[in-house]
Amino acid sequence: MDNLQVELQYFLELFLGGLTKGSIYALIALGYTMVYGIIELINFAHGEIYMIGAFTALIIATVLNIMGVNHAALVLLLSAGGAVVYASAYGYTVEKIAYSPLRNAPRLSPLISAIGMSIFLQNYVLLAQTSNFLPFPKLIPEFEFLEPISHIMGSSEFTIICTTSVIMVLLTILIKFTKIGKAMRATAQDKSMALLLGINVNHVISFTFIIGSALAAVGGVLIGSQMGQINFYIGFIAGIKAFTAAVLGGIGSIPGAVLGGLVLGWTESFGTGYISSDYEDVFAFTLLVLILIFKPSGILGRNTSQKV
Amino acid sequence: MTPLKHILRSIMISIWFMFLTFPLMVVYINPLNYTVTWRWKNMIMVGIGTFFASFFWRRFQNRTVGNNDKPSLGQKTLNHIYTSPEISRMLLGVLILFTLSFPFIFSTYQTNVFTTALMYVVLGLGLNIVVGLAGLLDLGYVAFYAVGAYSYALLNHHFGVGFWVALPLGALVAAFFGILLGIPVLRLRGDYLAIVTLGFGEIIRLILENWDKVFFGPSGISNISRPAFFGVELVEKSIPHAIKYMYYLVLLLVLFTIFFVNRLKNSRIGRAWIALREDEIACQAMGINKMRTKLTAFALGATWAGMVGVIFAAKTTFINPASFTFMESAIILSIVVLGGMGSIPGVILGAFFLVLLPEYFRTLGDYRMLAFGASMVIMMVFRPQGLISHIRTKYNFNAKEPLA
Repeated sequence: MDNLQVELQYFLELFLGGLTKGSIYALIALGYTMVYGIIELINFAHGEIYMIGAFTALIIATVLNIMGVNHAALVLLLSAGGAVVYASAYGYTVEKIAYSPLRNAPRLSPLISAIGMSIFLQNYVLLAQTSNFLPFPKLIPEFEFLEPISHIMGSSEFTIICTTSVIMVLLTILIKFTKIGKAMRATAQDKSMALLLGINVNHVISFTFIIGSALAAVGGVLIGSQMGQINFYIGFIAGIKAFTAAVLGGIGSIPGAVLGGLVLGWTESFGTGYISSDYEDVFAFTLLVLILIFKPSGILGRNTSQKV
Repeated sequence: MTPLKHILRSIMISIWFMFLTFPLMVVYINPLNYTVTWRWKNMIMVGIGTFFASFFWRRFQNRTVGNNDKPSLGQKTLNHIYTSPEISRMLLGVLILFTLSFPFIFSTYQTNVFTTALMYVVLGLGLNIVVGLAGLLDLGYVAFYAVGAYSYALLNHHFGVGFWVALPLGALVAAFFGILLGIPVLRLRGDYLAIVTLGFGEIIRLILENWDKVFFGPSGISNISRPAFFGVELVEKSIPHAIKYMYYLVLLLVLFTIFFVNRLKNSRIGRAWIALREDEIACQAMGINKMRTKLTAFALGATWAGMVGVIFAAKTTFINPASFTFMESAIILSIVVLGGMGSIPGVILGAFFLVLLPEYFRTLGDYRMLAFGASMVIMMVFRPQGLISHIRTKYNFNAKEPLA
């Protein structure tokens, strides 16, 4: 009986760990999936935007701390807000510099440009700041009501899951019921037709990059305060994983990105918990390969027949 | 735009970049002893730099937009070189003389660097078959490279197999892996294929890293023997000789590859690849077996990666999984795209550009990777078709002669 309880608790722990991780993957994957849906580009620099978001939050929080601002909520608000603003600005600028001149170029050119941008941004942060891991301040306070279940879910896990859920709902409302959301969907379906109907496609693309970057920044701040440390390289692997999540769920589909993120998070969590912790990334990629072989459009992706 | 508007625009851009770089470049925090350094000088530098850079950016962008249809001067010269046999023969002669005498003119270090560049030429040409000709985006090419390197290293470590036996073996094993991966994934289209190959590349690397019983884990395999020269072992003392020997070996492989790829391109299968790249459905309607054609491209690409892998292991005499990261795949792909997809001289130029540039700019220290990333972006923005774009063979019909 006792054994069963231990097993159950272990299972619950892994489940919640996977949920937390999956939520972060989902936040980053949304940026990939939205950009891919609109301009069919794998935005390799997206992981770097996430990293820049985390760095900006770290810098703002530390400066505020040194200046003597100790109000926890104020620090959290300012640093998260600053991270979102700066990440969006970076996302917008990256699109303007590296992708928008290449709208009509051969398909692989923007991809190479994106890889170049990713290398550039990584080294930019490395040179402007440091190559060492920096300790990330604990932005999320301890919640008292979580005390009884603190052994399975801490306050940062709780915050991550809640924030992600709220953001998903807001994003769905934005895409489904607002004018700009409608414009985004129209552009994703048919760019030239949207242009003919008077939609400013360039604005829509910029807006998509801004939203995606803001979501990535939120993910960066959350993961930073959960992990407690960041460096300039965190964006790369997170970016690849999040892209995997986006493809897993069906690229271009927003609920798909969320589902893909969660499935990926759980696969990694249960895989490392029950099989072996050395192969965390192998589980993720094996799952991806398997899903793509048996359902090439992803879990929620629509099967589009190729047009002649 | 009037000059005043230009200046105003540039000022706006420089203000935007000063805002953008503010937290990362101006503020420097030291979280250990709680101090902040404000580096205002950086902000001024960013402002001035972006102000002037924005002028150049707009100027060059206008030029690229204006001249899109007309072939540029460089393109014309190249066309001329291609079409005139005297000039191309002369140039080829000079090139052959230069490459042959290279190890005797330059130092061992230079020869070594050059050998690396030539290895990347072969890798680029191999990937060019897959990406440039067949149009299959492969982001995990480095996996086959790793397969080749590890097959030689393991065979050498356990059974003492020599380089010359391992070279075809490594190529075969890599080709086998190519087919193994190809059968299930080649049904996927475009970017899905890209991400699956990326995943495959990562899986191979992670297995190499974690399965220490077989692959020796992150510490890798050392003391791999260098290639023997017609059965004569080159002793460890004469490393300069070994390097020279390696250089000629790789050069030979480059020549063989160029010859092979060139012949392949104009063969039946080569034309099938290009047709498949342009339009899959039309191609199938013409009776081309899609699966088999794609698989051949994949397997041939992998074969070359395997061969270079064996050479890499023999050259460095030490390998570990850190040499086979995704970045390596990205660089090989960049060689193909930067050089110009499907074009052999383009790929060669691209390889030299991407390998020699970071190598010779080591003096720039940490800035070299920054410059590398920036130059990739700038290259693509101003020359998206690559350095030397692929020129299609044209058959001119001379109308002067009457049609019988």
